Parts: sequence; C-alpha cells; structure tokens
Amino acid sequence: MADTPADTLTNGPGAATVLAVAAGGLTLGVLALLGDAFPAISAALNLWKPTGALSGVTDIAILVWLIAWFLLWRRWAQRSVDMRRVGWAAVAMFVVAAVFTFPPTMDLLQGK
Amino acid sequence: MEITLRDAVTVIHGMGLGAILLLGFSGAFFILYSLAFAGHPFTVRQQKFANGYLIGLATLAWLAVLAGAYIIYPWYRAVPPSGVANFAEYPKHLLTASPTTSGWHDIGMEWKEHCAWFAPLALTAVAALVIRYGGRLGEFRGLRNAAVALLALAFVATGVAGFFGAMLNKYAPVRGGPEIVLMKGEGHG
Repeated sequence: MADTPADTLTNGPGAATVLAVAAGGLTLGVLALLGDAFPAISAALNLWKPTGALSGVTDIAILVWLIAWFLLWRRWAQRSVDMRRVGWAAVAMFVVAAVFTFPPTMDLLQGK
Repeated sequence: MEITLRDAVTVIHGMGLGAILLLGFSGAFFILYSLAFAGHPFTVRQQKFANGYLIGLATLAWLAVLAGAYIIYPWYRAVPPSGVANFAEYPKHLLTASPTTSGWHDIGMEWKEHCAWFAPLALTAVAALVIRYGGRLGEFRGLRNAAVALLALAFVATGVAGFFGAMLNKYAPVRGGPEIVLMKGEGHG
C-alpha cells in the first residue's frame, strides 16, 4: 500500500498495471479490426447476439487485460523494471489500438 | 410530461453517468497534480478521499460502457421486421438509410462503440496506481507520467464517446418501450 517502506516499494506493480492496460487496449483494437474485416471472425466474436461482435471484442479484451495484469503483477511484484521501455511499449500499443478502432483508418487498412 | 423507457435509460447513460464522468476528470487531474507533481503531502483522510474519488470515477466509466453496450446498443442496432417503413424505433437503420446521415453511424457509432472502452480500462489503472503508490507516486517518474497519460486518454475517449452519443441521439434517438409519466400537464389546445 501507500505506506510501504521505501526500500520495499518498487515500480514493478505499477509497470504491470500500465503494460496490462495497454495489452487490453491493443486486444480491443486488433479484435475490432479483425471483426470488421472478416465476417467469420465477426461471427465468432458474437458472444451475445443483441450486442453482436462488440460483445466478443470487449469481453476478450477485458479478459486479456485482467490475465495480463495478474501475471505481470505476480512476476514484477518485488522488482524494479525499466519503466522507459514499459512506457514506450504501452504508448505503441495504445497508438495501434487507436488506429485500429478509428473507422477511417480501419477502412484504409482494409483497402475499402 | 412523459418519457419512454429507452429514452430514460439513454438519459441515465449519457447525461447521468457520462456527464458526471466528464465533470469528474478535473478533480482527477487535480488529485494527480497535487499528489505526484506538486508534492503536497496528503493526510490519511485525504488519501482515502483521493482513492475513493478515483474508484468512483472508474466505476462510473464501467457503468457507462456496460449500459451502453449491453442495454442501449441492442436497441440501437435492432433490425426492423420486413415491411416496416418507419425506422423511428430502429436508429441504426434510420441513419444508414440516408447518405446525409449514414456517417453518424459509420464513423460516429463505429468509433464510439470501441474507443469508449479505453476510458474504464485507463481509469482503473490510474486508480490502481494512486492506491498502490499514494503520495510516493511522484518518486516514480515513469509511473507518474503514465498515470497522467492514461487519465488524458480516458478523458479523450470519454469526450469522443460523449460527443458522438449526443449527436447520434440528436439525429436518431433511441426511443420506445413503456411510457413513463413524469408529470401531468395541462392541455393548451
């Protein structure tokens, strides 16, 4: 918690939080694009019919985010990691996610 | 004065959860600035308030996207039965039926339905960072910057979703279901 002694508080758990949320965002972007490009994938993502493929896109993204958070947190709980690399990796993942979820660039990537 | 059930749920989603969320970002930025940049020492009580505030903001974002995706979106994208010519209760079809309004769906809804989810994800991460590191977040420069960037991302995502939500509801409101009487009015005929 916030009052953890200085010598035991590392940036590992925080880095895990940042990288995991970026992984969740990237998953959302990739699945959104794939679902838009391929009808078969869209049908597979249709986990709940009233919401359609959006249900699969968001449910799987949340699942990936939570699993990544749990695994990275366990791995980095006591460690100090290179936050610069984690930060840039997260930025790259969110940029890709943003491009893949913006309809004009989605269409451009599919040659529409 | 009446409102349909679908209108009421849409109002709660947009003008309730969404608008309060947007207003709440200023407080979240202030907390982060005060805690991690200005170095103001928080008392235990203030730290608890900051934690609760950010958890509350993340909860609002989760409720907004879940209500949007699992209650309102199915009404929005409902397919009209064959032979129906009036698309008033089928907003997606109302918009895509005309080239002058189809962009509100093709860009507005298609973007909003995905990018809105960045807000609860990012806000949950910001809350987790503040709860975990508290007043010592400023010592970890990379994490501090990441927290601000995530908060900004959540703000932009909420803004995009809010703007297109308002515009979509202007051109093709999600309407229907039982009427809720809010107040008895007088006839002016």
